[in-house]
Amino acid sequence: MGESTAIPLAEAKPGQFFRIHRLSLDGTMRRRLLDLGFIPGAEVKVLQKSPLGDPMAFLVANTTIALRKEESAQIYGEIIGERGDHHG
Amino acid sequence: MADYRIALAGNPNTGKSTLFNALTGLRQHTGNWPGKTVIHAEGEYDFDGDTYTVIDLPGTYSLYSNSADEEVARDYIIFEKPDVTVVVLDATALERNMNLALQVLEMTGKVILCLNLMDEAERKGIRVDVDALAAKLGVPVVPTTARDGVGLKDLQKTIQRMVRGEIITRPLQVRYNEEIEKNVAAMEPSIRSIYGEKLPARWVALRLLDGDDSLLKALKERWLERKEVPVHGRGA
Repeated sequence: MGESTAIPLAEAKPGQFFRIHRLSLDGTMRRRLLDLGFIPGAEVKVLQKSPLGDPMAFLVANTTIALRKEESAQIYGEIIGERGDHHG
Repeated sequence: MADYRIALAGNPNTGKSTLFNALTGLRQHTGNWPGKTVIHAEGEYDFDGDTYTVIDLPGTYSLYSNSADEEVARDYIIFEKPDVTVVVLDATALERNMNLALQVLEMTGKVILCLNLMDEAERKGIRVDVDALAAKLGVPVVPTTARDGVGLKDLQKTIQRMVRGEIITRPLQVRYNEEIEKNVAAMEPSIRSIYGEKLPARWVALRLLDGDDSLLKALKERWLERKEVPVHGRGA
């Protein structure tokens, strides 16, 4: 799954599509993210960054969810496309 | 004439409260769940001479992240054992809603899935194969548009058939990897010897393997308390 090229979701830019590989968190926060749809294999669209870059808004399983950098920096995966060149 | 208890579970924004209002009208009371700052809403309706008490559980994406809302919903389903748990699903976002539905199916077989917001799904060009969904999940699926009252009679009829024992369900049980299944199998007998049929042994085993401290705490509170109470004819 190209683990060496995995980057944190926090580094993706607005308009980019991102596929999740793994979550490097444990316990309740991991559970919470899984419940919200941040599941390995899932596709996330980066919607926008707040002026200071934190939090960021994501579209996941048809719902907009905002995450703090604290969490989005621990979700790893790859960028799979930009706005426009994606057909989902 | 009998009195049945129906719990409504579902994600936020699925129209669960709209359904609750449509079913119970003005016959409602609200308050707080004991010891929690979580709203408790309860109402009633009559159908074919029986009274149904409807409990509107807090809207949650899950029952396992251990917020106060989720603990209330989990504890009601697992300890209070409603006659039917209706899981309200957003027909436009089934993928997201299936998480909670599958969790409830692991807890009890007395489940009806209410596929709500069917009008919005139609508008978005989403078509749901209701029969295939019911066959796959092993429980009845009733499509509704609660805000227009569409499908409510079907839902009430299905609830009636379930409380009368006329519906046999085979709730889909998620199979986990070999290691988890091995551990579940090893734990189930001792869980059964403690709780008998009062709690679903497979579900308790899975929660314990997940390290669910909140459930352990709830089990301790409820079972230790009850064991100290002298028996007055009612079993613990």
